[in-house]
Amino acid sequence: MFLARIVGNVVATMKDPHLVGKKILVIQPINKAGKDEGAKMLALDSVGAGAGETVYCCRGREASFPWYPEEVPTETTIVAIVDEVNCEL
Amino acid sequence: MTQWLNSLVLTMLIGRVVGDIVATQKAPSHEGRKILMVQPLNLDGTDRGDVLLALDAVDAGVGDRVLVVTEGWSAMTAVGRPHSPIDMAVVGVVDVVTVTG
Repeated sequence: MFLARIVGNVVATMKDPHLVGKKILVIQPINKAGKDEGAKMLALDSVGAGAGETVYCCRGREASFPWYPEEVPTETTIVAIVDEVNCEL
Repeated sequence: MTQWLNSLVLTMLIGRVVGDIVATQKAPSHEGRKILMVQPLNLDGTDRGDVLLALDAVDAGVGDRVLVVTEGWSAMTAVGRPHSPIDMAVVGVVDVVTVTG
């Protein structure tokens, strides 16, 4: 998994039926210091996250498991909202 | 995708636990497990890319050198939560690394 901050959202009307009712958010991966790291990307939301929140995401086949056994076509999913990061810098 | 993360996934890694995450609202399968921040390391002990997050399967703590799997099936199996959104897990605490040649 990796840390990210939510920076936007995507609205799509024509989409896979399994994506209906799910939020597609724009995320910016961040490093342990909270600074931006690499390019922004899209992620499906499974926890009700919103703009500006720090979250962590799961990638790959596992990204669709929050909705198991429904087969949702996602490659990156937000699986938690981060309250606190305890980290040595 | 961030390049450092892409270069790490699907490989078994050595890393150093540098912290942990507190999250109240999360996938139910992540409850009851520590979410560790792991700094991946090269074999010579230098940092390799930036931190990744892995669920703890072996009760590791900050400062430990650990073994990390970065693929879903092995991570879910280690944590004991099948069909869960888990793509990385700490599966061992490293005592010694020996490289010859």
